[in-house]
Amino acid sequence: MVENRPFLTFLTHAFLLLGFAVVALPVYVAVIASTHDLQTLLTGSVPLLPGSHFIENYSQILTGASAANGLPNYSHMAMNSLIMALAIMAGKIAISILSAFAIVYFRFPFRVLAFWIIFVTLMLPVEVRILPTYKIVADLGMLNSWAGLTIPLIASATATFLFRQFFMTVPDEILEAARVDGAGPMKFFRDILLPLSRTNIGALCVILFIYGWVQYLWPLLVTTDTGYYTLMMGMKRMVTAQDGTIPWNFVMAGAVLAMLPPILVVVFMQRLFIRGLTETEK
Amino acid sequence: MASIDVEHVSKIYTGGVRAVTDVNLTIADGQFIVLVGPSGCGKSTLLRMIAGLETISEGQVKIGDRVVNKIEPAERDIAMVFQNYALYPHMTVRQNLEYGLKNRKTPKAEIDARVNEAARMLEIGQYLDRKPRALSGGQRQRVAMGRAIVRKPAVFLFDEPLSNLDAKLRVSMRGEIKRLQRRLGTTSIYVTHDQLEAMTLADKLVVLNGGRIEQIGAPLEVYHAPASTFVASFIGSPAMNLVKGELHGDKLAIGPAMIDLQGYTPASGTVTVGVRAEDLRIARADEESLPFRLDYAEELGAQRLIHGLVGDQPITAAVSPEMELLPEMRIAVDIRRLHFFSFETGKRIPGHVPAEAKLAPPEPVL
Repeated sequence: MVENRPFLTFLTHAFLLLGFAVVALPVYVAVIASTHDLQTLLTGSVPLLPGSHFIENYSQILTGASAANGLPNYSHMAMNSLIMALAIMAGKIAISILSAFAIVYFRFPFRVLAFWIIFVTLMLPVEVRILPTYKIVADLGMLNSWAGLTIPLIASATATFLFRQFFMTVPDEILEAARVDGAGPMKFFRDILLPLSRTNIGALCVILFIYGWVQYLWPLLVTTDTGYYTLMMGMKRMVTAQDGTIPWNFVMAGAVLAMLPPILVVVFMQRLFIRGLTETEK
Repeated sequence: MASIDVEHVSKIYTGGVRAVTDVNLTIADGQFIVLVGPSGCGKSTLLRMIAGLETISEGQVKIGDRVVNKIEPAERDIAMVFQNYALYPHMTVRQNLEYGLKNRKTPKAEIDARVNEAARMLEIGQYLDRKPRALSGGQRQRVAMGRAIVRKPAVFLFDEPLSNLDAKLRVSMRGEIKRLQRRLGTTSIYVTHDQLEAMTLADKLVVLNGGRIEQIGAPLEVYHAPASTFVASFIGSPAMNLVKGELHGDKLAIGPAMIDLQGYTPASGTVTVGVRAEDLRIARADEESLPFRLDYAEELGAQRLIHGLVGDQPITAAVSPEMELLPEMRIAVDIRRLHFFSFETGKRIPGHVPAEAKLAPPEPVL
């Protein structure tokens, strides 16, 4: 719809800018706050112009022995977060693409039931089933372990559902041609389905990496050993420091750094993603 | 190279729907068979059972001397060309051609030789490094055929391979398929709903209707002696005229008109009479003829199709475009070209009016 009404154009742009400000201002404030020293921040008003302590704050948080009282250092927690996010991402994709493959391409008893059970779990986020899940993980002795951190989060239906929808759009003839060409089920999966799903996998990587990166509640429950602390937990701990003064300058620097990996993933993967979308391969 | 025997084959889907019923078919080595019929007649199902993509509910299929009912498609020594080409979109043309051979652990040198030979034969050499999406429909179809050829199978199976192409390309590809099959001498089964494609390609035509074989025969045999009203109306364009007639001895009454069959008595009572449009012509004043009320005419260039009514029954005749069209005309019929079918079952009543029957005097020169 093309309309030439200056007032309407002005109005829509005004709304757009307002919305942008609402989203961007807190981020801006965080970035600015991370460049001031603690004294400035403790006066109660956050300046809106950059300060001079940028290098000092960031090098301190990255190299400091401890991010705050009783916490491991920042890069250790960042590494924990990274490992957890990558493990969840890889695990979810591997499990879901295989289960979608089974559901779409194999005829077995209770196939439809299996699909619906998976589908129903879409409606149950981790938080809803957190107590039973905790009980199981604790009984299996997986508290304070990588397995305990990642496995319960790997089991989810979103990706299975998306892969199923994608597989349904792959023409049956391709499967039949592969059968005539002598490809067994796993060969068909590896040689044909997997390359065709490349763009879907890319898109899911972005979503699932961020999902893993921002996990807070579950790591908080299953880890008591600070060696397994993730960034999100660490950030929270820094704010609730017991001895009175909260190192806001470090907290903000830490927060800004914590935002970087998801941003990089989106920026980097999006290029793959758009290329995949414009070159339709079906 | 192999012959194929299809013995008492049926396909019954869950729920008891019969897609194919008791089909018997023998295909000699090197023969080009076309399965033709309207959509839903079971022709594709039959092909897919031979390919091994559908299980065979009853009966057995033999390729060569081997019963293949329980054998995977890849082990049946067949190659299939699909309607939508079914090329692997993420592979280049070369990879598409190689895939089946690689899965068979064919030596690399052998693969290269076969791919290059197929590429040369199909003139797709310059596209070998492209992906299928960069090819036109006709080129994709060639690649799909190439994928079948490199396998050097005993049997080619074609599942409506040309129906996604435009009309002109379809005609040229049809010729190519025929030439290729002649050259390779590979037994082929070809499924189509296009009767023209069927007529031009087949060594042997198999007309299917409702999951059963209506007729098997050489294309001209089927054309000149259709086994039933179904075949008569399906094969040939325009479709054969089928009208209701009454036989009294050797006198055939069609609506108000009477035709003398000159001593030939195929049956008595009500019959379905079939006559091809080209066996009708506009009658002269002095000969035995049928009254024809013109409805509309179609110009085909070389001939003109006139559609109208004889009595209350629709008739189409192919006439010379020079003839003058009038709202009321009389058309004459070559009685030796009449086909008779049972009115109840639609089955052909064998025989024609004998050739020695007295002909109407020849048409005057225009």
